[in-house]
Amino acid sequence: MNRRVFRRVKSNAMVGLMVVAVVLAVLPLLFILLNLVAKGAGSLSVAFFTREPVPAGETGGGVLHAIVGTLLIVGGASLIGLPVGIAAGVYCAEYTGSRLAKATRFLADVMNGTPSIVVGVFAWTLIVARQKHFSALAGSCALAMLMIPMVLRTTEELIRLVPNSLREAALALGYPRWRTSLGVVVRTALPGIVTGSLLAVARVAGETAPLLFTALGSQYLSYRLNEPMAALPLTVYTYAIGPYEEWHQYAWATALVLILVVLVLSLAARLATRRRFTANG
Amino acid sequence: MNTLSPEPSAAPAPLLRTTLARRSSPAVPMAETAPAVESRDFKFWYGATAEPTLKGITLRVPRKAVTAIIGPSGCGKSTFLRAINRMHDLLPGARYGGELLLNGQSIFGPGMDLVALRQRVGMVFQRPNPFPKSIFDNVAYGAELNRLVAPRDLPDLVERCLRQAALWDEVKDRLDQPGTGLSGGQQQRLCIARALGNQPEVLLMDEPCSALDPIATQRVEELIHELKRDYTIVIVTHNMQQAARVSDYTGFFDRGELIEVGETEQVFTNPASPRTEAYLTGRFG
Repeated sequence: MNRRVFRRVKSNAMVGLMVVAVVLAVLPLLFILLNLVAKGAGSLSVAFFTREPVPAGETGGGVLHAIVGTLLIVGGASLIGLPVGIAAGVYCAEYTGSRLAKATRFLADVMNGTPSIVVGVFAWTLIVARQKHFSALAGSCALAMLMIPMVLRTTEELIRLVPNSLREAALALGYPRWRTSLGVVVRTALPGIVTGSLLAVARVAGETAPLLFTALGSQYLSYRLNEPMAALPLTVYTYAIGPYEEWHQYAWATALVLILVVLVLSLAARLATRRRFTANG
Repeated sequence: MNTLSPEPSAAPAPLLRTTLARRSSPAVPMAETAPAVESRDFKFWYGATAEPTLKGITLRVPRKAVTAIIGPSGCGKSTFLRAINRMHDLLPGARYGGELLLNGQSIFGPGMDLVALRQRVGMVFQRPNPFPKSIFDNVAYGAELNRLVAPRDLPDLVERCLRQAALWDEVKDRLDQPGTGLSGGQQQRLCIARALGNQPEVLLMDEPCSALDPIATQRVEELIHELKRDYTIVIVTHNMQQAARVSDYTGFFDRGELIEVGETEQVFTNPASPRTEAYLTGRFG
């Protein structure tokens, strides 16, 4: 075979393999989504988003309590987890060689591999067992513990990508080191950090196990952070293992709502940051 | 050169006659003014090695003139330049020796604040490195930090610096656009404007044209020529023609030592050291 033809064949074969890999990666996602839509969309209605659940046996009702609960618990977790994770990531990236940074990095890697149920049990021991009652706040803490190592590592990697010349430029202008780090280095890495944080938020929004031990779940709409609270994954779990056929339908619909909430959150945050960064570079 | 020229050529023949012709001779001889920067037996170590990278540099940088530092790769010229605003401070294990004075004041002395030093000594780097911010913010950044002007005067300062950097006309309608969207040459002039925003006394330039095309290089060189009216400029360059074109004084570094320094014309046409001559005529480096 002539060399040129052989080269083209090789190239096409490789492209073909990559397309197959992409399809394999996306296919399960598509199936899950289609399955959810097929089984859950039927139960979706405006009421499903705006009403609280009704007692078993009655029809109608919604999962407003769980939507509010997830937003509150995940919001609380983000308030705790994102600042800590990002700040620790900045520290690890800017003081790479320090012993504390090395230890933190190692611990974060270990934490990233810890099953989320272990984190749930830990939060239970630390907060629930002492307070002697379940609470949304304990749920937020458990989720924050999951977020911190994720956010830390992505932040660190992204800050490492900022060219050193930018750091030098700021230092040469007379910027103290801390302002160089925050004003220039972090600022440059910010779009990536935002994306990384969103991924972390989206991931913990779907966590069930840590919430079982902390927020517990509830059938009522509640805004009290110091009490048990419903959350979408918990509601999916409750409905899915419930004895009624209608509940199973609701479980599918609730799962679909969970995905929609995560989708809306990421789209909103990404749109907000994109606008800011294209205007300002 | 035209060999049929009726005029006899002057002796000794300059090594770079055509480029030197454009440059006016310095107004004041080197030794007669108080130097803006002065190094006395300045030494520098990058780490714990016994051999210093700079082995005792004694050099006076005259005020409001361009001093070029030339020399082969690894001779320590960038190291010396970066020492002048203490860019090496963050390197673990780096060590200074001897003395470096800015307007007679030691830059390592207890009375010298690092932030103030870097405000007084601006720096332009080899590769354009604008911040990922708007053109306006890039220039206003240093002045804002050092509170050099009231916030309402910032627009004036930005305009003045951009004009000084010969960039104003090209960017005046898009000051809110990102500085990273400019061309390479424009970015480098933006970086110069940014350094000017600090109203420095001394401007250090570390091979400012090495990443630029010939036309952008020419613009930056013209700019350097303009800037020396107001600023003391130290420029490190690999390009000997450039040193000859832009500088009033030239120092030749080799292996961490300052081999010779003097008026550019004299260094280029009649070098005192055979090593300088060998380098200038391209026998090494």
